[in-house]
Amino acid sequence: MYRYSEFDTAFLAERNAQFRAQVERRIDGSLTEDEFKPLRLMNGLYLQLHAYMLRVAIPYGTVNSAQMRQLALLAEKWDKGYGHFTTRQNIQYNWPKLNDVPDMLDALAEVGMHAIQTSGNTIRNVTADHFAGAAADEVADPRPYAELLRQWSTDHPEFQFMPRKFKIAITGSENDRAVIKAHDIGLQLIERDSVLGAKVIVGGGLGRTPMIGKTLNEFIAFDDLLAYLEATVSVWNQIGRRDNKYKARIKITVHEHGIDDIRARVEERYAQVRPQFKGVDMALLEEIKTHFALPAFREGSVAAFEGAYTNDPVFRSWVDTNIAPHKNADHAIVTISIKKHGNTPGDATAEQMRVMADLAQEFGYDELRISHEQNVILPHVHKSDLPAIHARLKEHELATANIGLISDIIACPGMDYCALATARSIPVAETIATRFDELKLEHDIGHLKIKISGCINACGHHHVGHIGILGLDRAGVENYQITLGGDGSENASIGERAGPGFSYDEIVPAVERLVYAYLDLRDSKDETFLQTYRRLGLAPFKAALYPEAQADAA
Amino acid sequence: MARAFSPKIVTANHLLEGDVIYQTADDRWSRHISEAELITDEAHAQLRLLDASRQANVIVGAYLADAVAGENGPEPTHFREAFRRTGPSNYVHGKQEASPQPRA
Repeated sequence: MYRYSEFDTAFLAERNAQFRAQVERRIDGSLTEDEFKPLRLMNGLYLQLHAYMLRVAIPYGTVNSAQMRQLALLAEKWDKGYGHFTTRQNIQYNWPKLNDVPDMLDALAEVGMHAIQTSGNTIRNVTADHFAGAAADEVADPRPYAELLRQWSTDHPEFQFMPRKFKIAITGSENDRAVIKAHDIGLQLIERDSVLGAKVIVGGGLGRTPMIGKTLNEFIAFDDLLAYLEATVSVWNQIGRRDNKYKARIKITVHEHGIDDIRARVEERYAQVRPQFKGVDMALLEEIKTHFALPAFREGSVAAFEGAYTNDPVFRSWVDTNIAPHKNADHAIVTISIKKHGNTPGDATAEQMRVMADLAQEFGYDELRISHEQNVILPHVHKSDLPAIHARLKEHELATANIGLISDIIACPGMDYCALATARSIPVAETIATRFDELKLEHDIGHLKIKISGCINACGHHHVGHIGILGLDRAGVENYQITLGGDGSENASIGERAGPGFSYDEIVPAVERLVYAYLDLRDSKDETFLQTYRRLGLAPFKAALYPEAQADAA
Repeated sequence: MARAFSPKIVTANHLLEGDVIYQTADDRWSRHISEAELITDEAHAQLRLLDASRQANVIVGAYLADAVAGENGPEPTHFREAFRRTGPSNYVHGKQEASPQPRA
């Protein structure tokens, strides 16, 4: 994985020293809050409902064991013993004190991490497929390019004061695990005539105006890609709407101008900026690639794995849900569920972080990933080590076998922490998970993604949940709207609103009615919730959600 | 006719700790909503908010929040303020950690 150069280290040290001085000036009264706020946001520091919150970037979701241990240290030393993994491959600390934040940033810098551009109207943390480098189905590892984008976008002078924030996601697979069509720019690596490049998708996004991204270009070779992306962001930076915050994202610009007009403008701008790119970026990319060379996969018998799989039903169940195919047949990708039934989705304790770091070091070639679905991944594991890993995970409440199932819920922090939230998300997620665990239906229900946001900004990706839940404030009371049929994969679609919302006490029973309806309606055990929904449409699910309306009509 | 003024309190976050604080009638900042000054006059509310906003070296983001008189001083009327005075619902953190208060 990427190791900081002297330049990176010096840049970060200087930036942290600047921020330390800015904090001091805020505390001694030389800076007002209005002056300080943009500075702290540039460094990932928010003020939420109950405390400050520090959002630390985990670029393209990749960390090593030393970094994970440092994240644990921050949780223990300056927070309340845990951290929250987010839907953008960041980790958030919910309880730092203003005075401590400069020390936290210095501690992060020790392991090559930072909180730069995790907020503000900048290019945010570049996210990637969490199986990158390991997935059996990928064209190439997207992370070297993601690292190039991180370096390009960090402190980019043209892109520090944009109309709004800007999010880029990248995947190396057709099978989209990075939700690239819901990003301002989504990149899918493609190889054409032995030349590596990317399909460029633009103008996706969720929030109050959800849009699926549109194809800006079917293929741009790596040689030209950075110039092309710079041109794209540059076009939006000029014509994006600064008059209205809600119309400022590039999705609105693309919607208002049309993709053909945007493409023409990008081409024009590209012609101007292309000559400025003289190949330095490609030299850099070649250098970055060396950091991401695959480990030397060890060889050995997988008999121990097969034996455990046959004899231990708990292990088998975990393997069946939490393990994905690796490009090396003797290896596997392990997803560690941070979604134990009844716990907060994405919250890991310092101890759990250390356990995962130890496992990565002992068995996983020192690599870990954070997924946008708020889980942690060991991307490279020899199958014979799976029983030992599972045993260790079990000791630390990390062995929940629920990846892709109904309790593997994405939930934003919601009204429990977030100053923007209009309702709680976390307790809804906890209750749904607990309920379906009690019913022992989870594995029978199969693949089903529930995503919950506590406000219209949609950090919980509810628009692309098979079942989406949006928490709102209706006349001073929490109210939850359900959307159905959303999908964040390569077949991305925005969910359809099912009807009137439900109160806090009614939302979980409503989800239960939906799921029972699905179990009745599916044509076989193999038909997933989403497939059933696509086959039958909203009507039968609506009938299950609103039985009173059916009774009234009868 | 103008709508009747609903009683308010002045609340903010502490600059260093970041936690929720309330302005008292004797110009202190309290961690407890029960000690907040319940303001029933609109003009006075604006003045008190100005008083608060001048203390930029102590507080962040002062605003007027709706409240009602309860048995033990002001109480929140909206669930957002109810969370602010206790803490999150997933852990016993925040104010409820130090001094348990019943949720409104």
